Amino acid sequence: MSDTLLNVRDLRIGATVYPPGETPKDIVIVHGVSFTLEKGKVLGLIGESGAGKSTIGLASLAYGRGGCRIIGGSVELNGVDILQLPKSGIRDLRGSKICYVAQSAAAAFNPAHRLGDQIVEATVLHGVSSRAEALKRADHLFDILGLPDPQEFGRRYPHQVSGGQLQRAMTAMALCSNPDLIIFDEPTTALDVTTQIDVLAAIKHAIEETGTAALYITHDLAVVAQVSDDIMVLQYGRTVEYGPVAQIIETPQEEYTRELVSIRSKIKPEAVDQSDALLSIENIDAAYSNSLQVLYDVSFHLPKGQTLAVVGESGSGKSTTARVITGLLPQFNGRVTFDGCELAPKLSDRSREDLRSLQMIYQMADVAMNPRHTVRDIIGRPLSFYFGLRGKEKEKRIVELLEQIEMGEGFIDRYPAELSGGQKQRVCIARALAANPKLIICDEPTSALDPLVAEGILKLLMDLQAKTQVSYLFITHDIATVRAIADSIAVMYQGRLVRFGPKSQVLSPPFDDYTDLLLKSVPEMRLGWLEKALSERKMVAAGN
Amino acid sequence: MQLLKAMPWSARIGLLGVFIFLFSAVFADVLAPYGERAIVGDVWEPASAKFLLGTDNLGRDLLSRMMYGAQTTIFISVIASVLSFSIGIFLSFLAAVVLGWTDQMLSRLNDLMMAIPTLIFALVVLAALPQELWILVLVMALIDSTRVFRLGRAVAVDIVVMDFVEAARLRGEGRMWIIFREILPNAMSPLLAEFGLRFAFAVLFLSSLSFLGLGIQPPEADWGGMVKDNKDGIIFGVPAALIPGGAIAALAISVNLIVDWLLNRTASLKGGRGNV
Repeated sequence: MSDTLLNVRDLRIGATVYPPGETPKDIVIVHGVSFTLEKGKVLGLIGESGAGKSTIGLASLAYGRGGCRIIGGSVELNGVDILQLPKSGIRDLRGSKICYVAQSAAAAFNPAHRLGDQIVEATVLHGVSSRAEALKRADHLFDILGLPDPQEFGRRYPHQVSGGQLQRAMTAMALCSNPDLIIFDEPTTALDVTTQIDVLAAIKHAIEETGTAALYITHDLAVVAQVSDDIMVLQYGRTVEYGPVAQIIETPQEEYTRELVSIRSKIKPEAVDQSDALLSIENIDAAYSNSLQVLYDVSFHLPKGQTLAVVGESGSGKSTTARVITGLLPQFNGRVTFDGCELAPKLSDRSREDLRSLQMIYQMADVAMNPRHTVRDIIGRPLSFYFGLRGKEKEKRIVELLEQIEMGEGFIDRYPAELSGGQKQRVCIARALAANPKLIICDEPTSALDPLVAEGILKLLMDLQAKTQVSYLFITHDIATVRAIADSIAVMYQGRLVRFGPKSQVLSPPFDDYTDLLLKSVPEMRLGWLEKALSERKMVAAGN
Repeated sequence: MQLLKAMPWSARIGLLGVFIFLFSAVFADVLAPYGERAIVGDVWEPASAKFLLGTDNLGRDLLSRMMYGAQTTIFISVIASVLSFSIGIFLSFLAAVVLGWTDQMLSRLNDLMMAIPTLIFALVVLAALPQELWILVLVMALIDSTRVFRLGRAVAVDIVVMDFVEAARLRGEGRMWIIFREILPNAMSPLLAEFGLRFAFAVLFLSSLSFLGLGIQPPEADWGGMVKDNKDGIIFGVPAALIPGGAIAALAISVNLIVDWLLNRTASLKGGRGNV
C-alpha cells in the first residue's frame, strides 16, 4: 500500500453550541469517519446539508471552521499525521500539497486583482516555483480546463469572465502548485446545468491529466457518479455506505442510499385535455426601465388544475415572465388573460379578487416570510385580509392549513428562524393556500432544498393539486422535477420561448438545439454518462 | 415581575437610574429642600449637611436645582427624541417604500437640511420665532429627525427588496401595513441603538442652546445651563459644574443600558424567548 495518499482514521469533530437560555454544550458533528484515498483517485463525499461532508473535507486540511474542533482520530497525508503538525507545518501544506476549491468562485476571488496573479499567488509564496514558471503552468492549466484564449485568460479580472469560467479558474488555482490532493466543495452546485457539464468535464479531464487525487463533495449523487472512483454516503456525521462507485449506484445496500439513488423516479402522468386555459399570455415583450429588453414575444397558456413548468437557465427570462403575470413589471406589450378576463398590467389596478386568486411561492423561503412574524401571523394574514376571518374561526382555519401541509398545531407560535428549510417552504405554501387561489406561481420552490426534502415538497404540492384543483406555474431549471410534475412545459432561452406544449411532446424528439443541449446536460445516475453526453452534444454553450 | 427577573443586571441598573431621575423630577416640588430660584447661601459653598451638594455660582442650593433641572431636561429631551424618531422613521420608510419622486423630494430636502450646521440652523429659526417651549421642542425634533431619516432610509431600502415585502404587495396590502408591520419590526434594532445615542445628543443640544441663550431661559434650571453657570468654578477647584455634567452622563448611560437590553431582545429572530 505504498500509494496510499490520504488515510483518515476514526475522525471525530465537535463543536460547542449556545442554545438560548441554556448553558453551552458540546456536540459531536462527525462520529468516527474513516477512509483512505490512493494517489490519483477521486473520492466522492455525498450527503444532505448538515451531514458533515464539508466539515470532513476541511478537516483533511487540518482546519476546523466556525468553531469546529477536531477532537479525535488522525488524518495521515503521505504517512504523516497532519493533525499533529505545528501551525507552521500545516501552513506549508496548505496551498502547496493540499488545495481547496470552494462552492462560490465569485466570492473566492478578489475582484480588484487579475485572475492570473491570484492563481499563482500561493504557488509563488510557497516557493514551489518561480512566478514565470507558475504563470506558464497556469496557461497550460487553462488550456487543459478548456478555457478560451488560454494565453490571455490570466490577464482578465474576475468580473470579465462567466461563472463557469471562474469556477474553472479556481480549479486552475488549486492545480497550479501541483498538489497531492484537492478538496472540491460543491464546485458545480451554483451553476446552470448546461454550464455544470462543461465544468464537470474540465475538472475530470484536469484530474486525469495531472494525476492529482481529489475529495469531491456534493449533494448530487448523479454528479459525483461521473467523477469519482469511490463514494462515501454520509448522514448526520456518520458513514452510511462506503464503496466503489459502481457498487453504490447499481447495488446500494442501505435504505438511505437507495432513497438517494431512486429520487425523482416517480412521474405524474400528464393531463389529457389541455384546452381549458386558466391563464394565457400572448406575445409578451417586456423590458426593464433601463430599456434592456428581456422578453421577446412569449406566449403560452396554462390549463385549469394543471401544472405548467417553465424551464430555462438563469437569465432566460423565467422569473421576469412571472413578474409580468403578477403585475410587478407593468411595462410590457401583449395580453395576460386570467380566468376569462384580461389582467390589468399594474398591480395597483387589479382587484383584490384577482390578487387573491393568484398566489406566489418563492425560492428562498427564509426571506419570503417576515422574520418578525410568527407562523400564526404569516398564515393568518391572508385569512383576515381576504376573508375577514378573526378570532376562533381564523385560529381553526390556520390549524387546518397547518395540518394540510403535514405540520400540525404545534408550530403555530414559532418564528421562521425556528423552522427547518423544508418546514419554512411548507409554511409559505400554507400562506398561498390560505388565500384559496386558482393559480400558484412557484418560483424554484425546491432548488434551495436537499433532494429528499424537495421530494417531500413536490409530493405535497401534487397532493394539494389533486385535492383543491389549484393550477401551478412552476418555474425551475431542474429537468428531473419537470419530468416528475408537469403537464405541459415551456422552454425558455435568452428571453424567447423555444418550445411549448404537453410534456410528452416537448420531451420527445425532434428537438431544437437548445432543448437538446438542456436535456443532454442533466446528469444521469449512471456510470459513463458524462463521456456519452459530451460526445453527443450538438451545441456548445456560448461563452462557457 | 417575570420580565424584571429575566432582565440582566445591566438593564436593571439602567432602569434603576432612570427611575431615580424620573422620581426626583416628578416630585421635585415636594422633595427639593429649597426653591428653584431661592438664593439661600454663599457662592459655591462646599457640600454640607445644610446643602447636600453645595451651592452654585449665585448661592442657590445645587440639589434643589438639580431636581428642578431634571424636570425640564428630561421632559424636553424625551419629547424631542420621540418626536424626531416618529417623524424620521415615518418619512424615511415612506421614501423607501414609494421610491421615485417622493423619495427624491424627501431625500434631497433632507440633504439640504443636513447641509446647514445644526446649531446655526437652530439659532436662526429660534431667534426668528417666539420663545415658547413647544417651538423649541419642535425645532430640536425636526433637526434631529434628519439624522434618523438617513439611517431609517438606509435600513428600509434593504428590507423593501426582500421577498416578504413583495409578497405583502402581491397580497394587496396598503402602504401603512408595509411600513408598520413588515418593515418597522425588522428595522427596530439599528433604530433603537440610534435612539439611545440621539437621546444623549438631545440633552447636549439643549444645553448648547441654553448656553447661547435660546434654550431654557434663566433663572429656570436645566442641567446643561447649570454646567455653563458653574464652569468657571472648576478653575478654583469647585466641583459644582461636575454634578450636573455627571447627571447628564449618568442619565445617558442608564438609557443606553436599557436600550442595549431591548436591542438584545429585538435582535433575536426567535422572538427573544429566554435570550438574555
